Amino acid sequence: MEFFDIFLLEAIVNGLLLGGLLALLALGLNLVFGVIDVIWICYAELIMVGMYAIWWMYSVQGAPLWLAFVFGVAIVALLGAALHQFIVRPVLTAEPINQLLVTGGVLFFLQAAATVVFGIEFRNIGIRLPGVNVGELHLSMARLIAFGVALASIVVTYLFLTRTYTGTAIRAISQDREIMPLMGVNASRIYLLTSALGGALAGLAACLLVLQYDIHPAIGLSFGPIAFLICVLGGLGNLVGGFLAAFIFAQFISVGGFVFHLEWGYVLAFLFFIVMMFWKPQGLFARRY
Amino acid sequence: MLEIRNLNAGYGSFQALFDVSLKVDAGESVAVIGPNGAGKTTLLRVISRLIEVGSGELAMEGRRYNDIAPHEVVSLGIAQVPEGRRLFPRLTVEDNLMMGGFTPAARRHHRERLDFVYSLFPRMKERRLQMAGTMSGGEQQMCAIGRALMSKPKLLLLDEPSAGLAPVIVQSIFELMKRIRAEGYTVLIVEQNIQQVLQVVDRGYLLETGRIRMGGASEELLASDEIRKAYLGV
Repeated sequence: MEFFDIFLLEAIVNGLLLGGLLALLALGLNLVFGVIDVIWICYAELIMVGMYAIWWMYSVQGAPLWLAFVFGVAIVALLGAALHQFIVRPVLTAEPINQLLVTGGVLFFLQAAATVVFGIEFRNIGIRLPGVNVGELHLSMARLIAFGVALASIVVTYLFLTRTYTGTAIRAISQDREIMPLMGVNASRIYLLTSALGGALAGLAACLLVLQYDIHPAIGLSFGPIAFLICVLGGLGNLVGGFLAAFIFAQFISVGGFVFHLEWGYVLAFLFFIVMMFWKPQGLFARRY
Repeated sequence: MLEIRNLNAGYGSFQALFDVSLKVDAGESVAVIGPNGAGKTTLLRVISRLIEVGSGELAMEGRRYNDIAPHEVVSLGIAQVPEGRRLFPRLTVEDNLMMGGFTPAARRHHRERLDFVYSLFPRMKERRLQMAGTMSGGEQQMCAIGRALMSKPKLLLLDEPSAGLAPVIVQSIFELMKRIRAEGYTVLIVEQNIQQVLQVVDRGYLLETGRIRMGGASEELLASDEIRKAYLGV
């Protein structure tokens, strides 16, 4: 029985580590929605592009890993800005369903484009980090790194939003867009910046995922829905809510997967989501920031 | 300081202002009075470039600014306290004030401006970490005025500062107008509360259905038969 408990503890710790990563995944999506009021359904496909960019730079071009990571973050930040400028901006005042459909179109466009450019083969950067033993716990180094980097970037994002003029303007614009010019703020510029920041966070997620997963054109589908459901569960646009929801979700996946079977973890997590939508349709933490 | 010549403006095909001309000199406080729907708020929105000028001219310190971007108006030295205060309800008082001093020029004097606003409104200092939306109407109005003062404007535009406030608070808002004037600010204020506002400004214009009907010193307006009969009920 004692040795069963160690494995349970390991599942809980792994859930915690996964929670940090999921929180980062949800952050960019949530930020863009909270500020611009448009859901980037194609968010996970931005991450997919970032993963390919890192793979291309590191494995094909032979660049150092850090440079490949910087390149990946920069590419996806630019992609986020471009997505806003050319796709979202024209439909800013359109019906929400149109906004959803147009970013949904981008999802399939990016998937198809990745298939054309990179083929359907699974790619990886060929780095497999060792495991780490902490006491009797056996943990994955890649997951520990992902957790640390994810938490650090969440903290940096939080400080940026609360301590700088631009960050405060990003929070302000989500509350009253119309009067921003009276503050001397160029609203279009803030939207573009927020989109680039959302993209950069997706790029950062790509850096962490590329250490753990193979890359293929449809990889976005394996974590896009989770990121979206976490945002909804936390109350769309509520950054703190999304953060907490990510950890709840991750425990369902990890501990549920341990107690029953790996795939059951996801079944339970999504079931939990459905039940929560009946009970609290506005999300667990409805108020924005 | 501010000069408006033959202004026509409106929303789409609806014209709200007809051939409006007015000016505000440095150091003056001027009121635009008139009934609901006369176009007073529209006028201030045009001055802040939130609405396009149909025809006519806007000039600040002799410089025409018809065509600049709305967010550049603050840098000309024009700050507005909008109708209904429009604070950011889920930002703290201090963050709201920070937004008022967003322009690069204002950021350089952030500390000094913040101290000035807090000396004008000690209540705001007490509440600096409170969410703006949780304060009373009068406190919110102080915060909104403080926010506009953060950019150290040459011209302060006030849109119906007394609207929606309890009579006691309205009185204190007008007291405040006097103090802001005494600080040397040039003020253009739009009000329905005609009797009270004319007691704190130098001059006034009467705006009715989008047209300037009268203009003159406050005492003249208060003494005029037209205003006494139509608006003061005497």
